[in-house]
Amino acid sequence: MSRKTPVLELLNLRVGFPGAEIVKGINLQIHEGEKLALVGESGCGKSLTAFSILRLLPQGAAINGGQVIYDGLDLATLPAWQLRRIRGKGIALILQEPMTSLNPVLPIGLQIAENIRSHETMSRKAVNERVIELLDLVGIANPRERAKMYPHNFSGGMRQRVMIAMAIACNPRLLIADEPTTALDVTIQAQVMDLLEDLCSKLNMAMLLITHDLGAVAQWADRVAVMYSGRIAEMAPIEPFFTGPKHPYSQGLLNSSVEDDWHYSDTRLTEIKGTVASAAGEKGCAFAPRCPYAAAECRLSPPELQSVAPGWVAACARLDAIRALSEGAAHVPA
Amino acid sequence: MTDATLIKPRRRLRLPQSLKDPLFALAVIVFTLVILMAIFADLIAPTDPQDMVNMPFLWPFEDSYSPLGTDQLGRDLYSGIVHGSRSTLAVGFSAAIFGLVIGTAVGATAGYFGGWIDAALMRLTEIFQTMPTMLLIIVLLAIGDPSIPLIAISIGLAAWPMIARLARAEFKALREADFVMASKALGYPTSRIITREILPNAMPTLVVGASVLVANGILLESAVSFLNLGDPNVVSWGSLIGNGRTQIRSEWYLSALPGLATVLTVLSLNIIGDRLTDILNPRSKVRDA
Repeated sequence: MSRKTPVLELLNLRVGFPGAEIVKGINLQIHEGEKLALVGESGCGKSLTAFSILRLLPQGAAINGGQVIYDGLDLATLPAWQLRRIRGKGIALILQEPMTSLNPVLPIGLQIAENIRSHETMSRKAVNERVIELLDLVGIANPRERAKMYPHNFSGGMRQRVMIAMAIACNPRLLIADEPTTALDVTIQAQVMDLLEDLCSKLNMAMLLITHDLGAVAQWADRVAVMYSGRIAEMAPIEPFFTGPKHPYSQGLLNSSVEDDWHYSDTRLTEIKGTVASAAGEKGCAFAPRCPYAAAECRLSPPELQSVAPGWVAACARLDAIRALSEGAAHVPA
Repeated sequence: MTDATLIKPRRRLRLPQSLKDPLFALAVIVFTLVILMAIFADLIAPTDPQDMVNMPFLWPFEDSYSPLGTDQLGRDLYSGIVHGSRSTLAVGFSAAIFGLVIGTAVGATAGYFGGWIDAALMRLTEIFQTMPTMLLIIVLLAIGDPSIPLIAISIGLAAWPMIARLARAEFKALREADFVMASKALGYPTSRIITREILPNAMPTLVVGASVLVANGILLESAVSFLNLGDPNVVSWGSLIGNGRTQIRSEWYLSALPGLATVLTVLSLNIIGDRLTDILNPRSKVRDA
């Protein structure tokens, strides 16, 4: 990969509510034009990580430490007025719920125009043209007429397209998409993901995709970061990750997801035993209580990220032992 | 279509459909007539309502010069009702606007920011709410010199807590809405989020609340004038009723006719306010007649 300049860098980011730390020190880099998927189950802190980049935290939550470096600035400590210039302009956010993310009493064209006007100085006519162009770009037919309509005139997929148009209106360098397709029909999900991919390459936009849909990740991202209980468990380029994940949690995730040929598969879907909550009060590796390979050493301290291959890290104390075990298993005749 | 109007909000208000509802249509007609009466008072009733122009205690339809009769000083009741609508409506509307502005500002601030700001502003609202409305107005008028603006301000001061509570509830709920989060993510400043994003969503509720305030303001103004606390130099429906009070057993029309005007106006305002909820909501479907 030739794109080496990071657009965004998270340095030991820690976010939490009073008395409970949710994100426990995350290091992450997103390079220019790169599509990084942040995967994890509900409650692992992936959405909180995404929101803390723009400091859009829910009430009570706060950034407890670490840095969010964008364009040489630390967004975690930047004054609010400066941060406002970056929100929507440099870094844009797409929310999960297209049904409620648009203001119901304003026409969609006006909402997109407001966004452009708040960040750029343009004539009214130029703004209007840009709105039409954006709606056209996200695949809304008859944009001139549609711009005057209200959100309730649109279906869920169309609204998400409008949200995307709004997000890309000021040519952001990074797009954060928080489960952009979760609320949509399966048929529409693929269309929206294709659209996002298309826009990323057209506009040379980096993208942070928050998801729990491994299928979408496989088709779509360049790199994947698996989060577990507020830490990164494994981070890898997409292809080797899907052929042989190293961290036991990633392996569990892959085994418990439905594969393409599942119609013809008569094996049972495996599950990861236990819940995220079982990590509460755990001193060592948060995954240890659910991990089939856990040993005494896992319970002592949280494992550090180790390099597995270039650009590939995993946080597990027993990587070697697991490799030996799984290779051994492969040789056992069925 | 020109480019300038391209993405302007153009919402069709569903007035035509609503007018098929006979009750609403009647209310609109009555209220329009009252407004026209106030605007063209000088043309409709050229006589000064304060002048003694005829014999005292003329009954309605007794004398063509004073079609609705005269009071104990021979002042024309028809002219009084027509001219009185001016001050009555002026007080009603300005009190409602005053109450709406204060109430929305206080409620929006409290609801959006929450925390101690909310607590402080809501306690203030409660202080105003626990005070008897009439007493507050009477005290204010007793301190100041009774005039139309002062009456409007004191009624507005007594009425804003209702709007403030409405606005607070709306803002508190809308603050958590996804589209507010989305507009924060777009880098909009707080002032803009409050005025451009949340306020339009809260407006239908507030306008309906304010339409009740207008009706309320008219009633309070009448009450104040009835108690002789109003501006003695201005005729209003309340002062006409108060003036006729002493003759209520013999010349009851002196109180009844201005009273009828008040009732019709307030009633039509209430009906209009009621239907405004449907009209102002872009999503509601007004029943087809």
